[in-house]
Amino acid sequence: MTDSIGIVTPQTFAVDAPLKLVSGAVLPKFELVYETYGELNADASNAVLICHALSGDHHVAGYHQGSDKPGWWNDYIGPNKPIDTNKLFVVCSNNLGSCRGSTGPTTLNPETGRVYGSDFPIVTCRDWVNSQNLLRQHLGIHQWAAIIGGSMGGMQVMQWAIDYPDKLRHALVIAAAPKLSAQNIAFNEVARRAIMTDPDFNEGRFLEAGTTPKGGLALARMLGHLTYLSDDMMGAKFGRELRTESLKYSFDVEFQVESYLRYQGEKFATKQNFDANTYLLMTKALDYFDPAAEYDNDLSQAFSQTQAKFLVVSFTSDWRFSPARSHEIVRALLDNDLDVSYAEVESEHGHDAFLLPNTHYEGIFRAYMQRVISETST
Amino acid sequence: MSQITPEFKLIADWIEPNSHVLDLGCGDGTLLNFLRSTRYTRSYGMEIDPQKNIQAMVNGINVIQSNLDSQDLIDYFDPDSFDYVIMTQALQVVRRPDILLDHMLTIGKQIIITFPNFGHWKMRAQLILKGRMPETDTLPYHWYDTPNIHLCTFNDFEDLCEEKNIEVVARAVVNNKHQSNLGTRLLPNLLGEVALYKVQRK
Repeated sequence: MTDSIGIVTPQTFAVDAPLKLVSGAVLPKFELVYETYGELNADASNAVLICHALSGDHHVAGYHQGSDKPGWWNDYIGPNKPIDTNKLFVVCSNNLGSCRGSTGPTTLNPETGRVYGSDFPIVTCRDWVNSQNLLRQHLGIHQWAAIIGGSMGGMQVMQWAIDYPDKLRHALVIAAAPKLSAQNIAFNEVARRAIMTDPDFNEGRFLEAGTTPKGGLALARMLGHLTYLSDDMMGAKFGRELRTESLKYSFDVEFQVESYLRYQGEKFATKQNFDANTYLLMTKALDYFDPAAEYDNDLSQAFSQTQAKFLVVSFTSDWRFSPARSHEIVRALLDNDLDVSYAEVESEHGHDAFLLPNTHYEGIFRAYMQRVISETST
Repeated sequence: MSQITPEFKLIADWIEPNSHVLDLGCGDGTLLNFLRSTRYTRSYGMEIDPQKNIQAMVNGINVIQSNLDSQDLIDYFDPDSFDYVIMTQALQVVRRPDILLDHMLTIGKQIIITFPNFGHWKMRAQLILKGRMPETDTLPYHWYDTPNIHLCTFNDFEDLCEEKNIEVVARAVVNNKHQSNLGTRLLPNLLGEVALYKVQRK
């Protein structure tokens, strides 16, 4: 991996027109916060959209002024990296309902003058795609060279390819699934219960009450985090290692893995200041994602109008969205005779692998992006 | 990219222009690339090796990473999805060549398959005269480390075709330079080193 983009600055796209959501609710107006890297070429043929995952945001590469923490996909986006900002114009927007800048539960509701809190309507993948499509028009991009996303972001990529078939040439769907399994939904529900039963949740109006459901949110994150890791990797990293020399026979934190998980949960709820309502909304959007549902539960039918070429990638130790789930996607794409390549990357890092350096993954990613780049004009 | 071998040229001669092709064990995609430029085929490749996967992708191939021993072909493709399903020099490395043949014939109208002949006189001679498992230029492994776990002779293969009601549409038996001569024509199972078969269901 080579250079970094350097310092990047978020921008805001404000829409003063109402946006009708899938649920029937209407956002009277909204803002999307986004970042861009690289230069848009003359015929706007080199634009790439990145879709972020559950707790991700628009800060995907480079550094913010005064921060030493790079964007969440900095390993793969930058000059001479697989998503090469010397050649491509990269856009990443923060999803509606997030707490990182785009309109969401922490924003003021123009109709009431109070923060949205739990009044923020349920958003779905399709709503995100619709709002991003307005951003596309705003940026003067006729067709994305590629849309790329991992996990929940990968689902958004599929939604794009289904809803706006002529608006993208390539779709890169990484560590995703065509819909959540009962087990996936169950994990999300436990996370939501942890948040909503926290006494500081105050029916979702905790910002006005001056409280934060830190405990519940931390628990939700601990659970989520657990599903991102593999058994093997946790075994290798922590095993049964203790924090002190011997067992204390108490309910204190004794094993290293307990300490690690508590730290992750705590960090998410306090230092990273993630909003509990956003966590609820994002998990709900995941649960609802099921593009085949509108097509007699036939995923192949869902892709019948799709024109994009696909790269699908899964990771061997990912049990949250296992290779078998990616296989379902590949099968549906093949049914439509679409151009599709698929890689099953050997990794011990579980679901998190899509964010981490890996030689095979990087090789595939780079080779495919070269194909994308070769089709753009210079 | 690898070299266009004489074997690939022989295969290309059997492919109708503009057809739909699947190559099992496509390696770096050399054959599919060659077929695309000479026969205007639309194609997919399947390959298990990560490095070859990357190379195939660099070569612009639609490549599906898959292990044919653990993932059934028919889980990927509908019946008659392809005009040709090709497998070069790989039938002998899969766990159940007979089942794979069935699946290939389900998803493809015709299949083209190439494999080394274990009935070649050099093999026979090593076994008879030395009493040892043969090692040759086409099959250079020891018995204990060979990936070729299901070697057969041309006669064995044709017996299997007969048993499975598979029709041999075309056959080319060649020496290790992929040339055909009087010997390979008269006594293929004794003098032929590599065979190319084009087969379909009867």
